[in-house]
Amino acid sequence: MKAVRTPGGYSFRADTRSLVVVVALLAAALAAGVVLVGSGDFDIAPLDVVRTLFGSGTPQQDFIVNELRLPRVLVGLLVGAAFGISGAVFQSVSRNPLGSPDVIGFGQGSSVGALVVIVWFGGSATEVAVGALLGGLATGVAVYLLAWKKGVHGYRLVLVGIGAAAMLTACIQYLLTKAQLVDATRAMVWLTGSLDGRDWAQVWPLLALFALLLPVILAYGRPLRMLEMGDDAAYALGVPVQRTRTVLMLAAVLLNAAGTAAAGPISFVALTAPQLARRLTRATGPNILASGCMGATLLVTADWASQRLFGESRLPVGVVTGVVGGLYLLWLLVTERKAGRI
Amino acid sequence: MQRLSADSVTLGYDQRVIAKDLSVEIPDHSFTVIVGPNACGKSTLLRALSRMLKPSEGRVLLDGQTIHSMPAKKVAKTLGLLPQSSIAPDGITVADLVARGRYPHQGLLRQWSSEDERIVQESMDATGVGELGERYVDELSGGQRQRVWIAMALAQQTPLLLLDEPTTFLDIQHQIEVLDLCAELHESQGRTLVAVLHDLNQAARYASHLIAMRGGEIVAEGPPSRIVTAELVREVFGVRCQVIDDPETGTPLVVPAARQRDGARVA
Repeated sequence: MKAVRTPGGYSFRADTRSLVVVVALLAAALAAGVVLVGSGDFDIAPLDVVRTLFGSGTPQQDFIVNELRLPRVLVGLLVGAAFGISGAVFQSVSRNPLGSPDVIGFGQGSSVGALVVIVWFGGSATEVAVGALLGGLATGVAVYLLAWKKGVHGYRLVLVGIGAAAMLTACIQYLLTKAQLVDATRAMVWLTGSLDGRDWAQVWPLLALFALLLPVILAYGRPLRMLEMGDDAAYALGVPVQRTRTVLMLAAVLLNAAGTAAAGPISFVALTAPQLARRLTRATGPNILASGCMGATLLVTADWASQRLFGESRLPVGVVTGVVGGLYLLWLLVTERKAGRI
Repeated sequence: MQRLSADSVTLGYDQRVIAKDLSVEIPDHSFTVIVGPNACGKSTLLRALSRMLKPSEGRVLLDGQTIHSMPAKKVAKTLGLLPQSSIAPDGITVADLVARGRYPHQGLLRQWSSEDERIVQESMDATGVGELGERYVDELSGGQRQRVWIAMALAQQTPLLLLDEPTTFLDIQHQIEVLDLCAELHESQGRTLVAVLHDLNQAARYASHLIAMRGGEIVAEGPPSRIVTAELVREVFGVRCQVIDDPETGTPLVVPAARQRDGARVA
């Protein structure tokens, strides 16, 4: 821990290692983004990508980079960061690594919302995104209210959430069986989660949401750290426990739902990013910024891998995160069981 | 008028009422100990006094104001609580945990003043964990860990400190360590301490003011030497006993009656 004090009586304190990790992860995310912008049917060297981004590429490069690929990569970075941050908040609030939005049904909720629009209304891409957003928000609020009993307790949130996820999965199956073939195909693509064909129309709303919610989440980061010691201890230290939790969960649900609306329910980023970030920073607390940068890095790297590692048969990014994250979830379940937390 | 009091409060969880129309004043600068049998409402009363539990009727007053309508941080500068169970975050060091006690005095632009640093070190020294600053809390023994939590509550620098069963789960050596520490804080720093204890003899030895509860009511309160009698112990705990002078301190010592054998009853 390093402290900085100014003559005016202001003082700031931060963990040096965490700061280094955040900067390194941010650099990694941006680097992965540049590589991803450069790769595709028409490869561009990373250096040329950077040059083009700063406005001195050829017109052809300029079109490919700035019009075709940059928005997709930005959506990837923002969605990854949204998942990472929302995962960090929820895992911290529930004091349980399994209390992650993708485990406790929020992704499934968004999926039901999106599928309703696709299957019943045959809606446009924007309408599907709105459906996903509403589905995610409704699920978040419902799980929160069902888990409420004199405050939300971690294991209740996880158990209620897993129950909700199961029921929502059944709804997804039902909607798929009722769908026309064309709609069903479209639904399946959406369900896997993918960055294909994302453009500036997805970037701006996400960016605006970040500008709005990130300061709120960061401002509540200090009280959130106190909450990890238990409600009584936090309250005794003067943390407005219920307000802190409600504000943070609402912000995290919004971020998660917006991310899902933009890219589909890309699984396991919210679950893994905070845990990986935490192992790097070795710091207590939610590690909000590190988790966000880690989520962005993970998602963009997974997207690159899904394009490159499987030859001609490109996979949607959700398949890659699903396989890697699934293995991690298994490992987590085993260790959590051994530690007696579930 | 004392700084902390409960004014005819009704306390309970959900529909279950634990105490009705209970009034109590905590004498300033006292070491008040609340005793009573299990489920008598002693922890519930402490939770109400520390605003963890909102009374369904009546109110708890801190410096003349209703505690539940005061801003959380403002209360936290006056009244500290050591809860019965707190969770040490994974991988936190002793110094970092104790530093969290400074939270109510800090803000976004005032995160770690030199005063914070000094008080954290003083609190660790006062509780005898000054040397353990860089150690991880998970590595410590139960007694050391409890001292660290007390250090955190001390770092909060509140004139009033409430402790909910601070000796539970500790062996006798650590129980005495913790109670000696409380007595010292009370005597040397003049803080008002309120603790819930299970052991009547420890309560009688350390308390300057004793509150005995049964069935959600206060049966007796006052200095232990005045109120601890054989009748009181029978009334509160349902135990026959003798009360003698503690050979160490002269405070009342409760010696429960021996089990009556059949032969004795016949005789």
